[in-house]
Amino acid sequence: MSHVLARQNGLSLEADVLVIGGGPAGTWAALGASSRGAKVVLVDKGYCGTSGATAPSGTGVWYVKPDPALRRQAKESRYALGGFLADNRWMDRVLDQTYANMNRLAEWGYPFPRNEFGEHHKRGLQGPEYMRLMRKLVKKAGVKILDHSPALELIADEYGVGGAVGIRLETGEPWTVRAGAVVIATGGCAFLSKALGCNVLTGDGYLLAAEAGAELSGMEFSNAYAICPIFSSVTKTAYYRYATFYYEDGTVIEGAGSQRGRSVIARKLLEGHRVFARLDQAPEDIRPLLRVNQTNFFLPFDRAGIDPFRDMFEVTLRLEGTVRGTGGIHIVDETCATRVPGLYAAGDAATRELICGGFTGGGSHNAAWAMSSGTFAGEGAADYALRLGRRGLKRRLRGLASQAIGGRQGQTPERTREFIRAVQAEVMPFDRNLFRTEERLTDSLVRLDGLWRDIRTSAVPFTKDVVKAREAAAMAATARWMYRTALRRTETRGMHKREDFRTLDETQKHRLVSGGLDEITVRPEPVGKEAALV
Amino acid sequence: MIEIISEEKCIACNRCVDVCPTRVFDRTGGVPVIARQEDCQTCFMCELYCPADALYVAPEAEAPAGVREEELERAGLLGGYREKVGWGPGRTPVAQHEYIYLLSVRSGIG
Repeated sequence: MSHVLARQNGLSLEADVLVIGGGPAGTWAALGASSRGAKVVLVDKGYCGTSGATAPSGTGVWYVKPDPALRRQAKESRYALGGFLADNRWMDRVLDQTYANMNRLAEWGYPFPRNEFGEHHKRGLQGPEYMRLMRKLVKKAGVKILDHSPALELIADEYGVGGAVGIRLETGEPWTVRAGAVVIATGGCAFLSKALGCNVLTGDGYLLAAEAGAELSGMEFSNAYAICPIFSSVTKTAYYRYATFYYEDGTVIEGAGSQRGRSVIARKLLEGHRVFARLDQAPEDIRPLLRVNQTNFFLPFDRAGIDPFRDMFEVTLRLEGTVRGTGGIHIVDETCATRVPGLYAAGDAATRELICGGFTGGGSHNAAWAMSSGTFAGEGAADYALRLGRRGLKRRLRGLASQAIGGRQGQTPERTREFIRAVQAEVMPFDRNLFRTEERLTDSLVRLDGLWRDIRTSAVPFTKDVVKAREAAAMAATARWMYRTALRRTETRGMHKREDFRTLDETQKHRLVSGGLDEITVRPEPVGKEAALV
Repeated sequence: MIEIISEEKCIACNRCVDVCPTRVFDRTGGVPVIARQEDCQTCFMCELYCPADALYVAPEAEAPAGVREEELERAGLLGGYREKVGWGPGRTPVAQHEYIYLLSVRSGIG
C-alpha cells in the first residue's frame, strides 16, 4: 500500500465524478457526467486535446443511419472476423449512441464536410479538430481539467472506490481527488512502441482497476501490429489496401497485404527479409483525395522526400497491443460499471469485445465505442455518485497501489528502463505475440512473472520518475494477463492466433475474463444466446 | 522527433510545453527548451499548436535526424503541417474539405 495519501500536501479536490484520461472516451464521459448535474474533475497524464491515439490521427467512425437494413449490414460486417463474440444488443446501443453523439458534434460546431445535397457527411473525424473541440466542450461544461497530472493509484474503502491520487508533473506535487465515482478512460496498451500517439498508452488504467479488484476481458485479443514506414511513427494502415509489397530486389511478395496478408509480412520480417511497399494500386484520380483525408499519413513521406505512390519504401510492423486490439477492463452492466462499486471503464481501457468480438479492423469501431462507452460510463458514474451524495466525501480512503510509492529513494530511472525493455522483449517479437504457441507463451510467462515480482517489491520514490515506474508495472501486468489468457484459449479466433491450434473451436465460443496481480486467474464467461446476431 | 525550436520565430508563448503529451519541453522564461527529446513520440501535435510556426518535427521516430533550420526554411517545411491541416488565421480546416466526402463515395474510406 502506498504512502502517497499520507502526505496531505499538494492539490486536494472534491468532485462527484473523477475521469482519468482525456482522450475521446474520457471527454465524452466528462460531458455525460456533467449533463446529469455531477461536478466533474478530469485528469490527463499528458494534455487533454493532444493525448492518445486519436488526437494526431484521422479516424473513421462506425456511424450508421437508423435504417434496419444498413444497421444489419453494419453489424454483420465484422461479426465473423471477431469470432462471433460480439453482442447484438450492445452493437445496437453503441450504433444508436454513436449516431446521437456524431449529430451532436455537428450541432456543436465540428466542421464536417458536406455531400452534394448540402448535408453533413459524418463517417469520420480528424483527430486534431475533434479533440480540440472536445476540450473546449468539456471546459464549457464546467469540468475542471488537470493536464500533465497522471493518476498513480486509486483510493477506496470497503464500500468501493472513492477517488485517486497522482502527481502534477510541472511541479512534482501530489494531487488528491475525492470523488463518489471514478471513470477509467486511460486507453489501451501499446508498450511504448511509438505507434502514432500511443506512447502515453501503457495500460495504466488496467493496473489501477486490477489493484481495486476489477477484472479484465479479452486480453488474448492484444496482438495488433500496424504497418508503418520503418523510419516513421505513422501507423495509419487503411491506405495500405492500395499497396503492393516487395522484396528488396523489387519482386512482389505474394499474399502480403494490409488485411489478411499482414501475417505474411510478419513472417517475411521474421525470416530476416526487408519488406518494401508502394501504394501503386491507388487509382490516379483518388490520390489527391487520399492526401486530404489523412494529411498526417503523407507528412513523413513529404518530409523524407518519398512519393509513396511511385517510390518503394521500407516498412515494418509496430505493436499496437490492445489499442487496436479488443481486450480491456471487464464491464458488468449497461453503465460500463466494473465489478468494483464506484469504478467505471470506457474507451480502449474497457473491453471492446461487446461490439467487435476478438477483432477490430481499425479506428471506426474503436471510435464509436469510445464516444458511446464514454457517455454510458459518465452518465452511470454520475448517477451513482449523486445517489451517494455528500456522504461519499467523508469516507476514510486508503491507497490501493500494489507497490510501495513514496520517499525519495528506491527504484532508479535506469532500473525502470530495464524493466520496460524486459517487458518489450516478450511482447514485441512476432514469434511470441502475433504467432503464439504454448511453449513460447509459457517461456515468456516465466520471465514476466519474475519481472512482476521484482517490480512489485521495488519501492518507487515519489519523484517525477514515479510515472515511468508505474508504466513499467502496468505493462508487466498487462503482458501477464495477455499471455495467461492467450495460453488458455487453445484455438485461433479473432486476432488471437495459436500456431499449435490453428482453427476455431466451436466449444470455446466464450469470453475469457482474467484478473489478479500476483496470482492471475482466467475464467470463461459464456456469451448469452440472446447476444447472438442471427 | 522534435528537432527545432526556431529562436527567431518563437514568441515564448509556451504552448508547446502545455500541449506536448509526453512533456518533452521545459519552460525557461524565454524560448522553451527541448529537455527530453528521447521521450518524443513523433506525433506532430506541438508543431500543429505552435502559433508562430517555430517548431519542426522530423519524421524519423527512432533517433534524432540532425536537421538545420536554414535547410528547413529553404524547403518551406516550417509550419507546413499546420497549413495542410488548415489551422491558423484565414485558413479553412481540412476536416470540411469536399475530398473527404468524395473519397468516401469512391472508396468507402472515411
